[in-house]
Amino acid sequence: MRAARSSKLRDAAFRIALLTCIGISLLLLGILLVDVVRDGIGQLSFDFLNRFSSINAKRSGIEAALMGTLWLMAVCAGFIVPIGVATAVYLEEYADNGRWWNRLIEVNIQNLAAVPSIVYGILGLAFLVRGPLSLGNVVLAGGLTLGLLVLPVVIISGREAIRAVPSSIREGSLALGATRWQTIWRQVLPASIPGIATGVILALSRAIGETAPLIVVGAATFIAFNPSGLDSQFTALPIQIFDWISRPSNDINNYKPLAAGGILVLMILLLAMNSIAIWLRNRYEQKW
Amino acid sequence: MEASAATTTRRAVPSIGAARRRWGEELIKGLLLAAALISVLTTTGIVISLLRETVVFFQSVGVGEFLFGTKWTPTFEPASFGVLPLVVGTFLITGIAMAVAIPLGLGSAIYLSEYARPRVRKTIKPALEVLAGVPTIVFGYFALTYFTPNILQDILHLKVDVFNALAAGIIMGFMIVPTVASISEDALSAVPQSLREGAFGLGASRFQVSTRVVFPAALSGVVASVVLGISRAVGETMIVLVAAGQIANMSANPEQPHYTFTSFIGAIAKGDIPTGSIEYKTIFAVGMTLFLITLAMNLISIRFVRKYRQVYE
Repeated sequence: MRAARSSKLRDAAFRIALLTCIGISLLLLGILLVDVVRDGIGQLSFDFLNRFSSINAKRSGIEAALMGTLWLMAVCAGFIVPIGVATAVYLEEYADNGRWWNRLIEVNIQNLAAVPSIVYGILGLAFLVRGPLSLGNVVLAGGLTLGLLVLPVVIISGREAIRAVPSSIREGSLALGATRWQTIWRQVLPASIPGIATGVILALSRAIGETAPLIVVGAATFIAFNPSGLDSQFTALPIQIFDWISRPSNDINNYKPLAAGGILVLMILLLAMNSIAIWLRNRYEQKW
Repeated sequence: MEASAATTTRRAVPSIGAARRRWGEELIKGLLLAAALISVLTTTGIVISLLRETVVFFQSVGVGEFLFGTKWTPTFEPASFGVLPLVVGTFLITGIAMAVAIPLGLGSAIYLSEYARPRVRKTIKPALEVLAGVPTIVFGYFALTYFTPNILQDILHLKVDVFNALAAGIIMGFMIVPTVASISEDALSAVPQSLREGAFGLGASRFQVSTRVVFPAALSGVVASVVLGISRAVGETMIVLVAAGQIANMSANPEQPHYTFTSFIGAIAKGDIPTGSIEYKTIFAVGMTLFLITLAMNLISIRFVRKYRQVYE
């Protein structure tokens, strides 16, 4: 009887301890969001979005950073969509898992997903910015570096989407005389577009907040013009935020609201992208 | 006789095997394989770019000096290239981060898998995952401008510097909670229901079932999540670059500023350094060290994940 009561007590204590773990994590997230909004909300204005970075903190804005980020995302998307989807299709529809090279590709992608982002920056610096391609520290090099970084996200979610298409669809199509590729192009891919699109948006929302690789590939911190093309120098939102919070401590109070304002804009973009992803998933989710 | 019979049958029934090779199909397969190889090329590219400059680096700096030296001053005269202060900084901050992430992450995972009703899980899980979606520069901002002054200095009365390892480590820990929680929860949920029912049938409480049956059965997945969490902590740049300061420090005092592998690379790369200079090469030598450490951890983690998948799926 006594043993039963103490066991019940221990059970309750354990449940409370577990709930505390979740509570503390969510509490910190809440404090962080409130803090950023409180610091940055006063900064948000049409002018803030439409001004370039300036020596005068009061007249600084994020136009060049915002445009730079949009350019980077365009390059990144242009790279990850075809390459990511093609890799996912190969691994799901063609690759024979008994072959060592296909297993190698798989383990390799799993590992790439966990390589530190700054290492991708080093790759971009050594191969894209300098070295063989020598593009310079331009939009194209930055966008491709981010693309390589988030490619595993697209591949992994693309594979899941393709795997979710039941094999009866493929068999039906093949039985009607379609070739393998016709089956993939006309049946499998259209059916898995919502899942792939969700994966692409999630990949882009990871890329948009990445700072470290861009620092290494040489995004400039002080730029007072918008990118004019793929070969243009650039800055980006996270880089601009980083520049503002790494001001010396006697200056930090002038720049802190700017950084917080930049963070708010970044978080609003992220929120929008994630909402689209969730909407896509719910709207087009198919039950076979 | 037999042969002629076979010929007649073949004539009677038109062949339904693949009649001719379709070169278009083969070409497409080749293109798709080429796309898949880009990811292999990425790894190769990383290894080559790191290795090439690292080799050059070790022509001017001894391997022993690099691995066992306790002074890291590559940009001053006299330059010294002992990487140990970066090792201390990296693992000090990683240790603090894991001290936060392991209990919070595992606690969350056990609650979600063993205690939460499906509806509750459906709301809490995405909320936790928001933590993983917050850009790390934002965590850095929070650690520097809020957590250090308002929590560590004002509320806890710690004598921490403006830049310190403690704030960076704790905030990094929160960043890693979703990594530990989601992989562990996958592993816990993969434990067959029959094991739980057996234990409940013998009169075990939910606490006993969770800690003595489900948790040990999912141990390899839990280990995988922790190892992956460590790998992420070692590789995280922005939180440490913004909030942990840039001083190579051999002391294990978390109230002081500390340099890490990543924050050193970030800080040096920020300036436009000339190709071939010794600073340029240090980026690659430190990057190589970082890559090897995280590679080892990722492979261990992949192996452990495969283990629990094999057992229960």
